[in-house]
Amino acid sequence: MSAALLLLVGILGGAGALARLRVDAAVTARAGRRTDPARRQRFPLGILAVNLGGALLLGIVVGFAVHGDRYTLIATGLLGSYTTFSTWVFDSHRLASEGRRGAAALNVGASLGLGLLAVWLGRELGGLF
Amino acid sequence: MRADRGLLAAIFAGGFCGAIARALVAEALPYESGHWPWATLLVNVAGALLLGYVITRVEDGRELFPDSGRLLGTGFCAALTTFSTLQLELLQMVDDARYALAAAYAIVSVLAGLAAVALTTNLARAEAR
Repeated sequence: MSAALLLLVGILGGAGALARLRVDAAVTARAGRRTDPARRQRFPLGILAVNLGGALLLGIVVGFAVHGDRYTLIATGLLGSYTTFSTWVFDSHRLASEGRRGAAALNVGASLGLGLLAVWLGRELGGLF
Repeated sequence: MRADRGLLAAIFAGGFCGAIARALVAEALPYESGHWPWATLLVNVAGALLLGYVITRVEDGRELFPDSGRLLGTGFCAALTTFSTLQLELLQMVDDARYALAAAYAIVSVLAGLAAVALTTNLARAEAR
């Protein structure tokens, strides 16, 4: 990978991290207004939305048949950084260690199942164009 | 406002480095369809290990340095790890009717990620005692 491509991957990676922060905060705030305040921070809905949205977008990119450097920039740089595995398993671990095993299992299961559906749906959508 | 900008810069810098590190690992361990995705598993577990340590120290009021949770957690670890690529790899395994491989990859990723968070959470708490 050339130094220039790597630099752009880094810039898009930084942008992806900032976008994740914004979407996570917006979804968390919106969910908090509708649900019991005592529980609003307990289920990591923001990161679920980020990860499902990112999986859908990656599917669209694959469906569009984007290849080469452009694929590296969008898939590895932007979307790879926007979505997160570590925060997802961290939140699941904390839910489980607070005794909320059902919520932890839901966070793991819903992310995996809906994530697979999202990337498939995205690829179907991308393939239409 | 200035502090906010500093936090955003820290997250961008962390995301920049995390995405580049992930791109380099992906290049060093190229993924072949139908095989075990070592690169994604490696970055995901490494990021979960570091995130468990960093955030446990923040939770306990012993952060490694000011804003370490933002720089290393929201920025670096979350960007180093990826959910979208994991889901795409799972979809490709399902496409190839390699269901056992897909199930094993999903289960190993989640269990290794949770174990990594548990390990470094305990490590950070043991240090505090």
